[in-house]
This record gives sequence, structure tokens and C-alpha cells, in this order.
Amino acid sequence: MAIEVRIPTILRSYTGGAKVVEGTGDTLGDLLTDLDSRHGGLKGRLVTDAGALHRFVNVYVNDEDVRFLGALDAKLNDGDSVTILPAVAGGAFGFAAAAAISQHRAATAAVAGGVRGTSSVAAR
Amino acid sequence: MTRYDSLLDASGGTPLVGLPRLSPTVPDGAPPVRLWAKLEDRNPTGSIKDRAALFMVRAAEEAGRLRPGDTILEPTSGNTGISLAMVAKLRGYRLVCVMPENVSTERVQLLRMYGAEIIFSPAAGGSNQAVATAKQIAAEHPDWVMLYQYGNDANARAHYETTGPELLHDLPTITHFVAGLGTTGTLMGTGRYLREKVDGIQVVAAEPRYGELVYGLRNIDEGYVPELYDATVLSRRFSVGTRDAVLRTRQLVEVEGIFAGFSTGAILHAALAVAHEAVREGRRADVAFVVCDGGWKYLSTGAYGGTLADAEDALEGQLWA
Repeated sequence: MAIEVRIPTILRSYTGGAKVVEGTGDTLGDLLTDLDSRHGGLKGRLVTDAGALHRFVNVYVNDEDVRFLGALDAKLNDGDSVTILPAVAGGAFGFAAAAAISQHRAATAAVAGGVRGTSSVAAR
Repeated sequence: MTRYDSLLDASGGTPLVGLPRLSPTVPDGAPPVRLWAKLEDRNPTGSIKDRAALFMVRAAEEAGRLRPGDTILEPTSGNTGISLAMVAKLRGYRLVCVMPENVSTERVQLLRMYGAEIIFSPAAGGSNQAVATAKQIAAEHPDWVMLYQYGNDANARAHYETTGPELLHDLPTITHFVAGLGTTGTLMGTGRYLREKVDGIQVVAAEPRYGELVYGLRNIDEGYVPELYDATVLSRRFSVGTRDAVLRTRQLVEVEGIFAGFSTGAILHAALAVAHEAVREGRRADVAFVVCDGGWKYLSTGAYGGTLADAEDALEGQLWA
């Protein structure tokens, strides 16, 4: 038996388009190293140079967030299911839009020296 | 019966009801494991968001950011918009909501009924287009006030000052609090309060795991974590897929008669997971979870009937929580 790993659409370029791949390892870190040996570059997208999980990546073991289970040191067993997902807040639309506005306003305020900008900025 | 001066004063103070049929059975002599539902659909507009909307508006008024006649801008297709529309109407503000044009007709009708104005962003452009539209509107109207629920302390404070104390009052023996993770306001505020008052309390997050269409748009380098989120408040965090959320939502109404939306199903799934764990470990547990809203707004999805596979298909690509 092995550990089943669900790959999000955005990372399937590393797995030849496969949605689900299999790997082995006693910990999440070991599993990612094992996967990287067959799907080169995958680990680099999930783990920072400092050796921590990327801030905007969520990894779940049997539906539970690994950050509360020891992160890369989280223990794995044969038959476990691992899911990798990009971080998306609930009500993702609202958050994405709100964050964009807030960042835009902060940038505008900085440019205007603390005064709210009034010029219309074309949306990208 | 209780009397209030206005609808705004009637927010919060929701009932906590036991779920004797859904609570797991424990072996003879083992300590009890009980599930409790906090019925947030009993708020003025029918969702937990009334608490946050009221606190955010009051905080902005006190800070002098909102003056009578001002316009509030909120990019939302969800309950927050409906709550804000009600609060804005009663406090004398104009509310403009930006949302993708493919949201459900119930949402649009409810918002308009409460007096909100709606600006649609083209569905074809997906969330990128929606963000661009919202950005453009904000740039064109710098005087409009955005409450920004994902980074607004008053959102979490609403739950620190109301939801948390209500739970502790009604269930002093609480061992677990389970709620949905969206803006994170409910979990941060209630969680902080309960951690201060209850030794060993477990604060458990249930996060919706949507269909692939939703994540297909997301780049891992441009993820989103709300500013309010502080992982140290949480004990555990579960990801709940569409199928499990639908299954539990149906179970809740079939077994206990509580008709809720799908985000509540996701929360119940996590609540049951910790309850069954307590049974296996022979520990006492009083697990309180949040019923975010009623199921009315989601009936048009068709996901309350038919097979689970059909329901899952119906919700594919939708932000159901």
C-alpha cells in the first residue's frame, strides 16, 4: 500500500496531468521528497527555501490540515490520503476583490503621500 | 418572550439546541458525548453575518469613518452583503455590492429587497474580472467606505463579545467549538474568548473544499489568507468536501429537523469527527457548532434532493460556503 496524493490543477504540469499520484514516506516531508524524485520540481512549489510549507499552500492528511499535525513532520501511514490545495478563503470572490481594493488603496495612499488618490486607475 | 427596541437590537442571543439523535452513542458507563447546535439562522436576516455587520458599522461610526448618507462598498455575493444591506438601511447608509453576475437569483433578490445596489462583474472573466471590476469601482469612488470584513477587527470582536459569552453561558461544560473558516472572524473571536475562559477548549475549523473548477483559477503564489487569521487560536482545521457537506446538511434536517445551508453541513462533518474521536478515547465531550444560515437561499441548487452524486455535480464550481 502507498499514500494517495491529490494534486491541484495548477500543479499537474509536474505530474504529467495526473490528478492523483502515489508515494511513500513516514512523514509529509519524506513523502514530498519521494514524489519529487518522480515529479521533479513539485516539492519546490510546496516548500520554501527555508524548509517550511509555502504560506499559500494547504496540505491535508485525511482531510485534516497538516499545520496542526506537525507540518512537514506530520506522521503518515500507508493508506492515508493527502490533498494539496491552494489557499482560498471561504467566499473567495469577496476576499479576492476586497484584498485587491485594500491593496490598491494602500498603494494609492502611499503615492499620494497619505492623501486618498482621486485619479481613476485602469483595472488590469 | 423578549422585547427589543429595534431589529438591530434583536441580533445575537440565538438558541443553543442539543442534537440527541445525531450525538454518538457511547458504551455503557462511558462519559457522555453531546452535540449542540447554535442556531445563527435566528438572526434578523437569517445568518451569523448580522453580528459582524452590526459591529463593523458601529465601529466605523465611532471612528468617524461613516457619516449619515455615506456609501458602503462591499464586494460580496454572500450573507455579509445581506446583513450589511439591512444594517445600512436602518442606520441610513447606501450599500453598493459588487458581485459576479452568475450568483444565485435568491441572493440578488434578497439584496435588492433590503435596498442594496448591485454592480455585476462579467461571469465570463471569472474571479480575476470580478477583482478588476471591484478595483476599478473603488478607484472611481474614493469616498466610498469599504468595511473589509477579512481584515476588520470588529468582525472578530463581534464574536468575542457576543457569540463566545453566549456559548459559555448556555454550555459551561463546553469542550469543543466548531465553526466555518471564511473570513475567520467567528473562529478568531469566539475562539479567543473561549480559550481565555475554558481550560483545554478545542477550537476546530471546518473549511469548505470546493469543486476543482474553483481552484482551477488559483495560482499558488497568489493565495489568500485573511488578515484576521491567527493559526494559534485554532486547535485543528478540517477540509470538508462538497459530498460530505451535502450529506451532513441532509442528515441535519432529516434526523434533527434543522434546515441549514451547506456550510453548516461542512461544520457538522467536522463536529461529528471530533465527537466520534472523543467516544473512541472514552472522553467526555460537549461539542458546540455553528449553524450559519438556513437552507432557503440554496434550494435552487437542487442539492437537497436526488442522489449525492447529482448534488455534488450541482454544486461543482460554486462557492457553496
